[in-house]
Amino acid sequence: MSTYLADVATLARKDLRLELRVRSVVPSMLLFVVSALVVFHFALPSGSSDLAAKGLLWVAIIFTALLGLTRAFVAEREQRLLDGLLLAPCDRSAIWLAKTVSMLGFLVVAELVALPAFALFFSGIDGATVAGVALANLGICAVGTVLAAMAVAGRARELLLPLLFLPLAIPIVVGGVGASVADEPARYLGFLALYDAVFAIISWASFEYVVTE
Amino acid sequence: MSSSEKYVAAAYLVVFVGVLAWVAIIASKLARLQREVAELVELARRRRDAA
Amino acid sequence: MSTSLRNNQLALSATLAAVLVPTAIALVFFYAPVDEDGLNQKIFYFHVPIALAAYACFGWGAWKGLVHLWKGKPGADLESYVAIHLGVIFGAMTLLTGSLWAKFRWGHWWLWSERQLVLFLVLFLFYSAYFMLRYSVEPGPARANMCAVYALFGVVLIPVSWLSIRLANDFIHPTVFTRHGPQMSGSMFFTFCVSWAGLLLLAATMYRVELAGKRLDARLRELRELLA
Repeated sequence: MSTYLADVATLARKDLRLELRVRSVVPSMLLFVVSALVVFHFALPSGSSDLAAKGLLWVAIIFTALLGLTRAFVAEREQRLLDGLLLAPCDRSAIWLAKTVSMLGFLVVAELVALPAFALFFSGIDGATVAGVALANLGICAVGTVLAAMAVAGRARELLLPLLFLPLAIPIVVGGVGASVADEPARYLGFLALYDAVFAIISWASFEYVVTE
Repeated sequence: MSSSEKYVAAAYLVVFVGVLAWVAIIASKLARLQREVAELVELARRRRDAA
Repeated sequence: MSTSLRNNQLALSATLAAVLVPTAIALVFFYAPVDEDGLNQKIFYFHVPIALAAYACFGWGAWKGLVHLWKGKPGADLESYVAIHLGVIFGAMTLLTGSLWAKFRWGHWWLWSERQLVLFLVLFLFYSAYFMLRYSVEPGPARANMCAVYALFGVVLIPVSWLSIRLANDFIHPTVFTRHGPQMSGSMFFTFCVSWAGLLLLAATMYRVELAGKRLDARLRELRELLA
């Protein structure tokens, strides 16, 4: 167990260190999310409710996450690092967990900018929204990591990932928007937690089949 | 035909057309397979005559 | 399983389907009582069984995917693919017949408040992406594994999506239209069951035919390589 977690920590540290050096994914996600919020301001006709804007916040989060996920395994594929990783004597699912953790890190950094920006451009963010975002992040990264590994094995990988991801993201959007907008957010937060639990388990269990050649 | 009958008929037609389209596609695939088998029989015959 | 036994299974399911589906149609039009919805309710006798057949196909596809990952049986990937292919076909028919039902009943071609239809839309998108995935990866064990995992994700998505759509309706569309529940009289229920059985057998027949065709394809390719 401790070696498993140590493997996960090593791999996650590798990703985070790489990102600190190269700085390609997180700045793009930050810029994208702020640009998207500005676009949404122009996309909402005057007199649109606050609720519509809250809905669009979730659209921004999903697509920003997608941007980050598209880059998730590209480095590994391009430099054949994945083969090296697979030869390493670690559990394959540790690769999934490490990648999920690092993606989570990137997404959280992007949201640390996105949420205040949203509060600035539109309306305030309440606790339920933040809780919803936190729970949704887990689901997005868990599922997104598996799908990113699948997409990167094929040809049109940047085209494929959104197609694979969006249907699975619909429940996350429902849970998140519900948490932000509804009078009783508890139901939606509970639903997000359920989604996270269910999909994290099957993602963890199935990842090794996705990367075997 | 009343309007409701038209909708019911349309719904059944959708199912019918769907299944028949599938049949047509499978039939054309079968035709292709038959052609391939004929080619392969020819190939095998030529091999046997050459041997 | 020898080919003769396999052929018999196909002939059996085809015959049963050929008997049950026309029986169902006859029952729908001549036996089942016309309820307050009028003739339009007759669409229901096919729309719901088609939806159930689609679910069965997706479930079967996921099962075969699991068999492939777990036991490594060689034919399982192809069986999974054919099942999902058929599921998408039936899913498309569900959306079309459901849309017709909605248009007649409520006057709109599409209703976000119709939970079953929305669920099918999400599943249709999900399983269409399955084909995008399948055709973007080179054939081989990697592709088979990925498709199997994706099929499993799909079957997990079905209940999660259904739940999310229910939750969504509470804040997107307060339920104004009530669903016509399954409070069917005995004769209606009997007609429904015959229709359901017939369509399931039709799906099974189509599945076997398509599978046989693809297997034959593979054998012929093998033969061609042996002769070349």
